[in-house]
Amino acid sequence: MNIQTILFILLSVLSVGSALMMMLSKNPVKSILWLIVVFFSISGHYVLLNAQFLAIVNIIVYAGAIMVLFLFVVMLMNLNADNEPVKNYRLRLIALISGGSLLLVLLSAFMNVQQAQPVLLKTGDGGLIHVLGMTLFTKYVLPFEISSVLFLSAMVGAVVIGKKDS
Amino acid sequence: MDIKAYIALSLVLFTIGIVGVLIRRNAILIFMCVELMLNAVNLLLVAFSKMHAVSTAAKASVTYASDAQIFVFFIMIVAAAEVSVGLAIIVMLYRNIHSVDVNFLNRLKN
Repeated sequence: MNIQTILFILLSVLSVGSALMMMLSKNPVKSILWLIVVFFSISGHYVLLNAQFLAIVNIIVYAGAIMVLFLFVVMLMNLNADNEPVKNYRLRLIALISGGSLLLVLLSAFMNVQQAQPVLLKTGDGGLIHVLGMTLFTKYVLPFEISSVLFLSAMVGAVVIGKKDS
Repeated sequence: MDIKAYIALSLVLFTIGIVGVLIRRNAILIFMCVELMLNAVNLLLVAFSKMHAVSTAAKASVTYASDAQIFVFFIMIVAAAEVSVGLAIIVMLYRNIHSVDVNFLNRLKN
């Protein structure tokens, strides 16, 4: 067992455990902090896969911007207490059974993949910033510019939805 | 590293997201579980890109890996835009009915 396998197992246990804690914790603020831990461990997976650009973008966009936005909204609404008084245990049991059976079906469907090659960790330069930047600004420059229009429309939409009726 | 390990990890994370959407009643937490599902899919895309970079190592391996990772980059862009609009909708709902419990949101009228 080499060092990369140990790192993969550690990051997987960290991400699955903190995802479970995110799902099960009562306090929304704690749940957001656990989701930040999940995002950092997924960034660790990206580094292990030699996709450094995506690792940095994942930390900046998800853990930096999106989660701060969630935290602002939760603290703005003063939701940091347990406000789920209705405990519907039957619904939870049904959700757990259906989710578990979905997991079993997906695992049994995807575990016998044909043409499975091993994933080489820490090699290949396809994920470096130089190569990705060249690809992004030559081959995919039109979707990149269109995504800026998407961001502009999302910003205008958020302002229009969020403003008070006068 | 075997690709099956990455498939199993992504499926477990995706299922945790689905179960979270089903059992939580807080709209913000449901939204966070959707983000978790998006991240599981992103991880699997990157793992598959590295697998194909190995299998086509003779020719143009760099291009294949870069294409998949740019796809993941665009998924992140769309997720960021989605979060900004969705959180504005949740703030608006809280301003109108003073709760983010989805049990109170089951009617479109009033």
